[in-house]
Amino acid sequence: MHDDLVKQANLIRRRSLAMVHRARLGHPGGDLSSADILSVLYFGVLRIDPKDPSAPDRDRFIMSKGHCSGALYAALAAAGFFPLEDLDTYMQPLSALNGHPDRNKVPGVEACTGPLGHGLPIGAGAALAAKMDGAAWRTYVLVGDGELQEGSNWEAAMMAAHYGLDNLTVIVDRNRFQQGDATETAMRLEPLADKWRAFGWTVAEVDGHDHEALWSLLQGLPLQPGKPNCLIAHTHKGKGVSFMEDRVEWHHRVPSGEELDRALEELEAHGQ
Amino acid sequence: MSELFDCRQAFAQALEELASADPRIVVVTNDSIGSSNITNFRKRFPERFVNVGIAEQNLIGVSAGLANGGKTPFVCGAACFLTGRSLEQVKVDLGYGRANVKLCGMSSGMAYGALGPTHHSIEDLAWTRVIPNLAIVVPADPEETRQAVHAIARTDGPVFLRVSRMPVPAVHPAGYQFQIGRAAVLREGTDVTLIANGTMVSRALAAAGMLGEEGIQARVLNLSTLKPLDREAVISAAGETGAIVTVEEHSIHGGLGSAVAEAVVSAAPAPMRILGVPGVFAPTGPTPWLFEHFGLTAQGIRDAARELVYGRVRDEAQTRTGD
Repeated sequence: MHDDLVKQANLIRRRSLAMVHRARLGHPGGDLSSADILSVLYFGVLRIDPKDPSAPDRDRFIMSKGHCSGALYAALAAAGFFPLEDLDTYMQPLSALNGHPDRNKVPGVEACTGPLGHGLPIGAGAALAAKMDGAAWRTYVLVGDGELQEGSNWEAAMMAAHYGLDNLTVIVDRNRFQQGDATETAMRLEPLADKWRAFGWTVAEVDGHDHEALWSLLQGLPLQPGKPNCLIAHTHKGKGVSFMEDRVEWHHRVPSGEELDRALEELEAHGQ
Repeated sequence: MSELFDCRQAFAQALEELASADPRIVVVTNDSIGSSNITNFRKRFPERFVNVGIAEQNLIGVSAGLANGGKTPFVCGAACFLTGRSLEQVKVDLGYGRANVKLCGMSSGMAYGALGPTHHSIEDLAWTRVIPNLAIVVPADPEETRQAVHAIARTDGPVFLRVSRMPVPAVHPAGYQFQIGRAAVLREGTDVTLIANGTMVSRALAAAGMLGEEGIQARVLNLSTLKPLDREAVISAAGETGAIVTVEEHSIHGGLGSAVAEAVVSAAPAPMRILGVPGVFAPTGPTPWLFEHFGLTAQGIRDAARELVYGRVRDEAQTRTGD
């Protein structure tokens, strides 16, 4: 299975980069930093059925960092929620694949996200609904690290702990960069794990590009009964493409044709 | 003087009726328990009562999530915070996301009186009216409030229900059937139409009574659903009575008056007067005093209607002289 997770992550990277190139718009840095997390979730963890995307007992995954829609759509298409060919319509006129995901247009999308700090409150509400029903389905929310500067996340963090939502897991894509700068320069987040712990969450830190480590943590939920789970996934913005890694400009820079070719070449060499 | 009622009681009672019949109904609040009159709901349905604390962005997000998980959340809080503090969540999580969430804005308009403009909610209709998919209901009396609570629960999708804490008389005849999107003609008339909702409906009716004594026949329309607008009722009123006065416990910008004007100007242009708060923050004063201050009284409505009608008579006379 882990070979498959690696392969799927590589495909998410290649497809999302091609999508951004074609659309001349997008957020490749964050697509690449979150690709491994998405691969582990969609191909190793989430109990979802692309043929029945609104089954009441499905797991919920909320991509709070909605600007990384390229990676999300690539994962959803590979998981069978819609045809791979649809990825070619990314941000084209009348495409369902808007720059930020629309739950009413794209099967498998649980929430309309894009403005930051929306996903975790929605995830907390979904997790609370499952608790009320004594249902076994789980809720996962992927947030960007810069996104945690939005106060609504901490409102939700407080509330999730208060209600003992151990069926809720937030994964922080800790790639250390946001649009304009390094997170610690723009607005310091550290000590990040301590913040979550102080809000009543159980925290695990993990290499966000290590499929095996991510997978085994996500198999062992809750980390501690009665408490919501926070995985701080240490990642690299632009991961997998040498000239994009850890470079802030790739937050939303669009690769030229030549850059795309070089990127795909590197990824193909590393992929399987 | 007829008996006055606090619509929040009818609201709470209807909510409990609903919850007894439908296990999906949950209440979510930003600690506005007493002011939303949901203390008894909490006692009866503690497992379906969610207090998120004083955190309105999270309040709306959590409600959207509960709806995603199959619940029908009724979100209770002061209208000013419920809309203004969480407007982007209302736009994106509820409107754009078409979440089945019922926003119940309490103590709307200037109900908080001398607490001042921070607590007044005279912008909420303008803010919510521009959000697609979001229906807006402003009931006028306890019976309409009760029926509206049941009706919005049956409607799939987000709704903003604007509830006042100002005591109001019953304005509807026995057997009244509230329907989302349908305005109610509470008095027939041919000379001018008074269009109101919420706390202003009883005042519009009183104004129509005063106008009747002067020989002016005013139609009174309770436009309790602001969105989707009952265009037919509004356009007929414009065409058949030739003049419209709107009155709302809200800014004159972006609310009921604007909605009516938008419909009238394109389909049946007619002179209008828009009564409300004229684009200012209210001075300090209790609610009834503020209503007087801004002319949101039967007399104020009568005067505006009179001006329109006599202005038209004058115009017609001048036109005839011109012939």
